[in-house]
Amino acid sequence: MTHKNPCIALLIAVALVAVGMVPALAEEAHPEKQDWSHQGPTGTFDRGALQRGFQVYREVCSACHDLKYITFRNLGDLGYSKAEIAALAAEYEVADGPNDDGDMFTRPGIPSDHIPSPFANDNAARASNGGALPPDLSLIVKAREGGEDYIYALLTGYRDAPDDFTLGEGLNYNPYFTNSQIAMPQPLFEEAVEFADGTGASVEQMAHDVTTFLAWAAEPTLEARKRLGFKVMIYLLILVGLMYAVNRRVWKKLKQ
Amino acid sequence: MSFGSFQPKNRFIKWFDGQLPILSLMHGTVVSYPTPRNLNYWWNFGSLAGIFLTVQIITGVILAMHYTPESTMAFDSVEHIMRDVNYGWLLRYMHANGASMFFLVVYIHIFRGLYFGSYKAPREVLWWLGLVILLLMMASGFMGYVLPWGQMSFWAAKVITNLFSAIPIVGESVVRWLWGDFSVGNATLNRFFSLHYLLPFLIVGVVILHIWALHIPGSNNPLGIDAKGPQDKIPFHPYYTAKDLFGLSVISVVFAFFIFYAPNSLGHPDNYIPANPLATPPHIVPEWYYLPFYAILRAIPDKLFGVIAMFSSILLLFALPWLDTSKVRSARFRPIYKQFFWLLVIDAVVLGYVGANPPEGAFILIGRLATTYYFLHFLVIVPIVGWLEKPKPLPESIASAVLGDKAEG
Repeated sequence: MTHKNPCIALLIAVALVAVGMVPALAEEAHPEKQDWSHQGPTGTFDRGALQRGFQVYREVCSACHDLKYITFRNLGDLGYSKAEIAALAAEYEVADGPNDDGDMFTRPGIPSDHIPSPFANDNAARASNGGALPPDLSLIVKAREGGEDYIYALLTGYRDAPDDFTLGEGLNYNPYFTNSQIAMPQPLFEEAVEFADGTGASVEQMAHDVTTFLAWAAEPTLEARKRLGFKVMIYLLILVGLMYAVNRRVWKKLKQ
Repeated sequence: MSFGSFQPKNRFIKWFDGQLPILSLMHGTVVSYPTPRNLNYWWNFGSLAGIFLTVQIITGVILAMHYTPESTMAFDSVEHIMRDVNYGWLLRYMHANGASMFFLVVYIHIFRGLYFGSYKAPREVLWWLGLVILLLMMASGFMGYVLPWGQMSFWAAKVITNLFSAIPIVGESVVRWLWGDFSVGNATLNRFFSLHYLLPFLIVGVVILHIWALHIPGSNNPLGIDAKGPQDKIPFHPYYTAKDLFGLSVISVVFAFFIFYAPNSLGHPDNYIPANPLATPPHIVPEWYYLPFYAILRAIPDKLFGVIAMFSSILLLFALPWLDTSKVRSARFRPIYKQFFWLLVIDAVVLGYVGANPPEGAFILIGRLATTYYFLHFLVIVPIVGWLEKPKPLPESIASAVLGDKAEG
């Protein structure tokens, strides 16, 4: 049994070092898990939350944040009719051109237009926001560790800085953001929007709905993916059973 | 040991095969190929690797029809694939997760070779060709990861290309030559796309050589002993075609789980942020399948020696057939080597874990210990164990072991 000793000694050494290794404490608070209608293998987006979330985006977030991968026609996924989308698009002025005279012009939006950006370019966006660039929100849910839970925690996480905390100039305290300070001022306040469906507009409700909307914006094909996945899984599980039987039967011949 | 060569009845096929015996070749490869009768499920991973290579090529060719290799449009074109191309999300998730599956099955395939001694005579060239495939895979995988041109793409390209600056005297020039510019940029993206499209077809070529080299000595087997007569072998079809298809159906469930229910779990969220040369992500980490090598790179405080250690960790495997002094192939009959094999597996996992974490605190020490152990395993333990170990008695033949002892697994 002597040959076992070096291996076991090494294993113990590795284990001891591993136990002594405590991961460095993150400076940021950890987002709490929330319930999302679209999570889980059969989850779908809650259409009410999507429409309310779009309203929050439109009335609050869109003042500074772009949503550049989303076109008006995509909003059909939220449950709006074609006529509603055409009417909504027409409320926006969209830059177009050049026309036959070589001039740029604006026209009312049509469903195939992208939702217009609040700023002409990144420099204009920075100039209006104290040097900070408000990120495009199309992919924000997929582009952040923690996904939906993180976005929700960030939107509801604004509070007064602790006394011993020195806040940078023009920054706001939010324990969920890197170094607990963020350039974006608190965006959501009680009753900031009046929901068309009569839902009470608490900060939590608005944060939850706009996060659901942004999860859709980050991956509009999520429902199609899970629907197809279900069919593929059923097919594959049956195939596994059949292949198991085929394999057994083939090998039985050899054993006889 | 032939099971009857290809004898077509159809006159057209007979005429065609007489002029170009490609059908005979295929028949000899996947139908009549005499295979040891005792291969276990660890032998499924070779054919699975071939299948995942095919999945990557098919999905990749279609993705390339919709992707734009230009630094201001690449990220947008990937989102175009995800949102506007019919089933584009499916193709992209298959390709991204397919890469992980390909590496997973290849790593299992390699560890199977290490356990059962498949690299030993007369299969050294076969082993070499496999290592060439691994190196080509690592190059293709890295360049593919750069193509979406997200933050991790950009910074991974920067970190990995910068490794070459460690070369004395000409390092900086080599890096600029690789970039095609004074920093990672459009020229870099363009050439990476070109090479990412090229390398998989080189892999196909080496795979053909790998299979050719396999069919000269024939497959190794869990007992590691040579086949002695026809009773030790069975035709590949239907026995191993059935077994491989069963294995394929099982691994497809795992593949489908990732595609449909956890498509981004193996990726990094930062790669959904467009590349920004002015903002360095706090932690630059490669894909999971490079993590052990990344840990070895960072374990050495000197850049040049770190790079040398990282490349040596694979290059050293080319010498393994001669480093291993034991004449017995299978670890089943090697009680001491068997334990060191599992320690190596643990060591690889530890290295991967260290590679995923920032190099601070205890991770530095663990990374160095695990790196040292990795080299110790191949350079010291394997040669010495081969001399000192007293192997268990080998069975008379495959057939006697299989038919005599049903406990064989």
